[in-house]
Amino acid sequence: MVPVHYYFILSALLFFIGVYGFISRRNLIAMLISVELILNAVEINFAAFNRLLFPGQLEGFFMSLFGIGVAAAETAVAIAIIINVYRNFNSDNVDSIQNMKR
Amino acid sequence: MANLVMFIILAVVILGSAVLCVTTKRIMRAATFLLFVLFGVAGLYFLLDYTYLGAAQIAVYAGGVTMLYVFAIQMVGKRSLQGLVERVKLSRVAFGAILSLVGFLTVVLVLLKNQFMYAACQVADVEVPMKEIGMALVGGDKYQYVLPFEFISVFLLACIIGGLAIARKEEK
Repeated sequence: MVPVHYYFILSALLFFIGVYGFISRRNLIAMLISVELILNAVEINFAAFNRLLFPGQLEGFFMSLFGIGVAAAETAVAIAIIINVYRNFNSDNVDSIQNMKR
Repeated sequence: MANLVMFIILAVVILGSAVLCVTTKRIMRAATFLLFVLFGVAGLYFLLDYTYLGAAQIAVYAGGVTMLYVFAIQMVGKRSLQGLVERVKLSRVAFGAILSLVGFLTVVLVLLKNQFMYAACQVADVEVPMKEIGMALVGGDKYQYVLPFEFISVFLLACIIGGLAIARKEEK
């Protein structure tokens, strides 16, 4: 059986790789991909807490499940916004968007 | 023991793909590495005996969200998607690296100082039964989740409408 803190260290590493990507990239889609990494790290944490510390219950399981659904919805709306931004500013770089109204 | 070997393989795949995902200049490659990360996370759920969660992860994330990214990258124009233009400022990279390193050290310190994880139970390697999950998902009692289940369906509908409304071309 895998010791429980291995999962936590893995998810902490994944979380901060995502944070690094979010800070260092300036492309909107790349930043969104980094946010996906962060969300996945959090969901690993929920599932591992649930399974290894409280195996009789299912709260973390459902938190992960609903997290997956919310993340999918968030991605769809964010990509719609990015496509709209690209259409208006001809760039998907955050620095090119100085004000939301053109 | 076999579990530990599987965990190490999955961890190497996840972390390696995640690092490549945030460091590669080309957006399409970043999306591909994101796909590998998502498969690795699904493998972790299988390892934790949450088969349903792993299947949902593959179906929703690897099947749906990654496709969405690929289409978005293809739509968002030629220049930036071919990865030619993204300039990465060194100061920003250094700031991000320092911030994430400090954050990671803080989190690991707090985690390892804490004692709660030594209460970890030995769980047998049996799959969580699907009947139990289904009863909890659509049951209305305490610790049952029919309200969030219905709420998320309405939420997804709202997101579909919102996405359409935002991405629609405005008529002149």
